Amino acid sequence: MFGNLSDRLSDTFKNLRGKGRLSASDIDATLRDIRRALLEADVALEVVKSFIAAIRERALGDEVSKALNPAQQVVQIVNDELTKILGRENKRIQFAKSPPTVIMLAGLQGSGKTTLAGKLAKWLKEQNQTPILVAADLQRPNAVTQLQILGEKVGVPVFAPESGNGVGDPITVAKDAIAHAKKAQFSVVIVDTAGRLGIDEEMMQQAIGIRDAVSPDEILFVVDSMLGQDAVNVAKAFKDGVGVTGVVLTKLDGDSRGGAALSVANITGAPILFSSTGEDLDSFEPFYPERMASRILDMGDVVSLIEQAQKTFDEEESKKLADKIANDEFTLQDFLEQMQQLRKMGNMKSLLGMLPGAGKMKQQLEDFDESEIARTEAIIFSMTPLERNGPKVLNGSRRMRIAKGSGTSVTEVNQLVNRFEQAAKVMKTMSKGGMPNIPGTNPVTMGGAVGGGYIGGKKSTTKKKGSKSGNPAKRAAENQGLGFSQPQESKPGSAFGLRN
Amino acid sequence: MFKFLKRLRGKDVDASSPVEENQPAAVIEVLPGSDLPSYAPAPSETETESGTEATVAQSGTRTDEKEIAKPDLVSVELPKRSLGTGIRSLFSGAMDIDGLEDILILADFGVETAEEIAAELRGEANRQGVTTDPELRLLLKDLLAKRLSRNDSALNLDDGTLPYVILVVGVNGAGKTTTIGKLARWLKDGEWEVVLGAADTYRAAAVDQLETWAKRADSPIVKPVKEGADPASVAYQTVEMAIRTQADIAIIDTAGRLQNKKDLMDELGKIRRAVEKQAKISEVLLVIDATNGQNAMSQARAFAEVAEVTGIVMTKLDGTAKGGILYSLQKELNLPIKLVGVGEQINDFAFFSPEEFAKGLVAKK
Ligand SMILES: Nc1nc2c(ncn2[C@@H]2O[C@H](COP(=O)(O)OP(=O)(O)OP(=O)(O)O)[C@@H](O)[C@H]2O)c(=O)[nH]1
Ligand SMILES: [Mg+2]
Repeated sequence: MFGNLSDRLSDTFKNLRGKGRLSASDIDATLRDIRRALLEADVALEVVKSFIAAIRERALGDEVSKALNPAQQVVQIVNDELTKILGRENKRIQFAKSPPTVIMLAGLQGSGKTTLAGKLAKWLKEQNQTPILVAADLQRPNAVTQLQILGEKVGVPVFAPESGNGVGDPITVAKDAIAHAKKAQFSVVIVDTAGRLGIDEEMMQQAIGIRDAVSPDEILFVVDSMLGQDAVNVAKAFKDGVGVTGVVLTKLDGDSRGGAALSVANITGAPILFSSTGEDLDSFEPFYPERMASRILDMGDVVSLIEQAQKTFDEEESKKLADKIANDEFTLQDFLEQMQQLRKMGNMKSLLGMLPGAGKMKQQLEDFDESEIARTEAIIFSMTPLERNGPKVLNGSRRMRIAKGSGTSVTEVNQLVNRFEQAAKVMKTMSKGGMPNIPGTNPVTMGGAVGGGYIGGKKSTTKKKGSKSGNPAKRAAENQGLGFSQPQESKPGSAFGLRN
Repeated sequence: MFKFLKRLRGKDVDASSPVEENQPAAVIEVLPGSDLPSYAPAPSETETESGTEATVAQSGTRTDEKEIAKPDLVSVELPKRSLGTGIRSLFSGAMDIDGLEDILILADFGVETAEEIAAELRGEANRQGVTTDPELRLLLKDLLAKRLSRNDSALNLDDGTLPYVILVVGVNGAGKTTTIGKLARWLKDGEWEVVLGAADTYRAAAVDQLETWAKRADSPIVKPVKEGADPASVAYQTVEMAIRTQADIAIIDTAGRLQNKKDLMDELGKIRRAVEKQAKISEVLLVIDATNGQNAMSQARAFAEVAEVTGIVMTKLDGTAKGGILYSLQKELNLPIKLVGVGEQINDFAFFSPEEFAKGLVAKK
């Protein structure tokens, strides 16, 4: 029942293998898997629906249809959209201009507010703040005692004039707490409140009363990461009721997929500020959106899948390409496609960031000049099919027309044609020299752009002892006495001298 | 209503209880050096059988055992509890058979189950030629009620081997302690003698919380001497006290733990074994928060494996959560839903009734 997304997608990917572009039905098949995975990760249905719609729209757009292996890019779009909702960077708590900063905690019963209050107090104290805890949960048996014990543990005073267990008015306690904090010059006031259901109007009114009494700088909505479909109702109720300025996800040390994070962030529109990850008071950290995205979708696995797909793809492409080169059939069209593949890899940056050890490659991709590709693309697009398949026909007037059509100069067109001829020659020599048919050795893509490997970079099985270069294409070229136009093998796009 | 077997007591015993009502409940402070039962740690795991027996004999439970071997039993009916307005309807408007799958997903039934039930209902509706809204609702109600019914949803309180021991387990914040308070009060109302055991020695004020409930349920409690004490010892002592005082039932609270924490899960096995040195465990109730989604399955799988769960308590059904996952808990993991929690007050619980649950889900608003 809980097969993960990567298992499912691997089937879909298998069907897509080697396909140059995705049909609408391919995209739908992938999206069906993603929808199911999101639902099983407890992302709320309405959030899943709008999410899938957004992805379908992007996936059907140009963005993908031009790419060489769009199935992978669909996954990347998914990741993009996930991060968009979850937030790109970790947000911080809003401190008041003039202290005390007031933080009010709100949430369902059992979501972890009181424990979080203790953690927050400890963390703030470590930031050289002087926090005070306020026991305004007078409902749950011994919630006050619990907060007192936590306060003692972390060395933060607790304002608890009422013993609770149904006795006392939390609004009065909250009001008095602020007065006390101001007088005693505490810098942060953390107000713990009783757990309440979204639909309990009386209790929601009470929360509003507390809010109005303390005018909080932050109303933190504390959410159990195991929350299911009800997340939508609850988030709406708290947002429309007491209001929400920030979200804290608790119990993230469990094995839940945490889809609630997506639901709640989407519904409240408030940033997720912290993750609570354990029962001891140090288990508290800023929220990392990317980690959450990969947790919800099992992205770590998905990335390796893309790698797999990429590998298969490369193998087939390399072979096709090798044949073409050997038969003098390598055309500007192929050149363009290879170029686009390079760019697609550039788009993988965000995914790569999540892979251990991908840092170096990411840097190389950072250096990759996208505008150069765009220009090349524009030039080739301005050519007729005949021109693309046989650049020999490109006379002066044709070149002029192409320059005009692509908004470039004749010189640039000339440069491109020269680079192409150069590359075709290099590759032909390479292929004659017996280019090893090894995965990841697509001569164009590996022309430095990804440093001889491909995504993930861990498949460097191609390295053979005694060879001059670990990069087989480069090695092949070296063996032929041909140098690449750039001495640094990691220079992006250097095979075609794209930048120089 | 289920029939339960409990100890037959003289009328005088019963008459005495109202007198105590206004007084604080009998609290057994398990303090070293007090004249109350001393805080003897549970026999360690490595101890041999004979060693175990020695410890039991030492604390004088041998004679008790003889007494409990043949107690006079009486069949009792416990006060009825009902779901009340607990479950909210799935449908805000007319029942739309094409939208049923989504509706069930929204109720946390899970994609697969939702698909399956929706398909089955469509098939059945076609076969019977059912089209109107009330007919469709009835059809769905019957389908759900039938599939949720089973013959093991009553609490195991009828085999007569007293004291019954109930172990209550679950993830953090699920509602374990509250459920115990409610259960204790209900049993007490049915004139059972209950002993509570505060084996959550970890969470701050967890013991105080259970003690508050013990007072509300007018029942004694066995507490650890200090925070962080061995929960297995507390469990052991609780059973021991239940035996000594000839209580009918011991209910043991445990600390909340997430199912992927191996050490904490193993601790449950240890608690089990400590209890089993003196008594049979009648029930291991896994408390699941109805607002939890599909993760409830993972919880149930893990707890069932290490703690030998015998039944599920689904709490917080008084909110907007429908708890649809209970369907898969029963069907896929074969764990009966026994109780439901429908609020924070002491009477806010009910026995799980498939009929009531299904009726609530399809009700017209
Ligand atoms: N609305 C509602 N709240 C409930 C229900 N059962 C428990 N609660 C509340 O949920 C919160 C947590 O309940 P506890 O009984 O402390 O849960 P627990 O499982 O013992 O928690 P830990 O021991 O901390 O793991 C409290 O605020 C309870 O009042 C229920 O059926 N409905
Ligand atoms: Mg508890």
